[in-house]
Amino acid sequence: MSEMQDYKSKLSDPSSRRFETFSYLPALTEEEIRKQVQYIVDQGWQPAVEHTEPENAMDQFWYMWKLPMFGETDIDTVLAEAKKCHDAYPEHHVKLIGYDWKRQVQGLAFVIYRAPE
Amino acid sequence: MASRTYNAGVKTYRDEYWEPDYQIKDSDLRACFKVVPQPGVDREEAAAAVAAESSTATWTYVWTDLMTDIEYYKGRAYKIEDVPGDDEAFYAFIAYPIDLFEEGSIVNVFTSLVGNVFGFKAVRMLRLEDVHFPLAFVMTCQGPPHGIKSERDKLSKYGRPLLGGTLKPKLGLSPKNYGRACYEALRGGLDFTKDDENVNSQPFLRWRERFDYIMEAIDKAEAETGERKGHYLNVTAATPEEMYKRAEYAKELGAPIIMHDYITAGFCAHQGLSHWCRDNGMLLHIHRAMHAVLDRNPKHGIHFRVLTKILRLMGGDQLHTGTVVGKLEGDREATLGWVDLLRERYIKEDRSRGLFFDQDFGAMPGAFAVASGGIHVWHMPALLSIFGDDAVFQFGGGTLGHPWGNAAGACANRVALEACVKARNEGRDLEKEGKEILTEAGSKSPELKAAMETWKEVKFEFDTVDKLDTAHR
Repeated sequence: MSEMQDYKSKLSDPSSRRFETFSYLPALTEEEIRKQVQYIVDQGWQPAVEHTEPENAMDQFWYMWKLPMFGETDIDTVLAEAKKCHDAYPEHHVKLIGYDWKRQVQGLAFVIYRAPE
Repeated sequence: MASRTYNAGVKTYRDEYWEPDYQIKDSDLRACFKVVPQPGVDREEAAAAVAAESSTATWTYVWTDLMTDIEYYKGRAYKIEDVPGDDEAFYAFIAYPIDLFEEGSIVNVFTSLVGNVFGFKAVRMLRLEDVHFPLAFVMTCQGPPHGIKSERDKLSKYGRPLLGGTLKPKLGLSPKNYGRACYEALRGGLDFTKDDENVNSQPFLRWRERFDYIMEAIDKAEAETGERKGHYLNVTAATPEEMYKRAEYAKELGAPIIMHDYITAGFCAHQGLSHWCRDNGMLLHIHRAMHAVLDRNPKHGIHFRVLTKILRLMGGDQLHTGTVVGKLEGDREATLGWVDLLRERYIKEDRSRGLFFDQDFGAMPGAFAVASGGIHVWHMPALLSIFGDDAVFQFGGGTLGHPWGNAAGACANRVALEACVKARNEGRDLEKEGKEILTEAGSKSPELKAAMETWKEVKFEFDTVDKLDTAHR
């Protein structure tokens, strides 16, 4: 059995903040992100990019990067938009979303660029 | 057709309440009972007796029967079927006119359907297997205060099941120690913690103090993790007045979710609280203590699929449905049947899942299925495969029993969950590759690795007592 460890998480440490789905896993590789975008596209959901300052991350509404990419099924295009958003706001968190328009709820949402700590 | 003259005396039920040619109306409320008649009572008579005693009839003719149109108001048995693999029982299908029931009142429906008839001498055993609620009745019920979509939006949690954990030991902790257990589990990565159902307001843990410490735990865990958190504050109480007092205080503190035991507390109290939750923006978690008294015996009582339907109609945002894989009773196909009844808009008759009727819930929201009881990280691939995303997995012992404590236990569960969701989205087969998926994730998470070492030998493999009726039980 492994030796007991302290659970390292504290208010004063920004790296303790999480971002919901997939934020307890190691940062996804580019290939892993592609597979999740493929999943969004395969479900027929609308890909979208949103971003925020870290201090406002718990707000219901982040800033939309342009409009959701209605009808977009090309993974490279989706990832390129996320990259453009990140380049424009390098100090922000950037989230990728799949909007399930039939059920009117986000089908998947996960942060792909974290603001520097 | 009964004669319009008065003949006092005892009746034969089948003459008036067995009607195999009856044309079902869309507005009829229909029920399927499993009936074991007393020796010497034939099927048609027993079925008719059940229809009669659960609707308009009493044991003898009364002159006032002739003052109304009993033909219109009566329930009638319209179909009898064999129960597969059972020689003594049969299914009786009964249709009731919608006029027999007060709008929006589950109390009223159940006082008829499972009232006097269950003690009736002509039947030896009786089980309410399923009920079809006509859409016209469904629309008179409020349903879940918020429902799945609204709950996800309020909490900003998407694309995965939610994680909960019941605080243990279930009884005996002081308010501050109890709050500590909550805080540790939430900061480690659970979305919710839960009062055990027995926790109401005992001398060692009075409700108001409990609420205060729990709220501080939630607030701090939210600030620390940047994620929305909650704790199912159990407001189940001895009186409705006390229940509302506790609910109001939870609201005053800013708690996002409260909890209620809908069977022990009673349907009237429950439906009232559900309406209060809609009015006050409060999520409602539902526990089901006492259900097994009603639903476990395959030949007498009320099937859980019926208890699920009435909970959805009365209202609740999360309902315990069994785990299939953990320590508590639950057959896989039957469980999937009532999980559909809880979450879907329209559910088709499917005998392979124990569903006897089509059921249309119209615009009524669905609720989260809660899987709780004896589950741990090794169960995660199977749980995700069985329940999908719109479920809450409750790891109580599976969080608090981690060798490094609640935070590490919670983190282990969260890592396991996210690894399984990621793998599923990548197209991997969870039930075949579960072990590899968890082992990979565990190699990067010491918390998960320790959890996997702790629980690898625990299995719960007993046969279910209440199985679906099939020819080869």
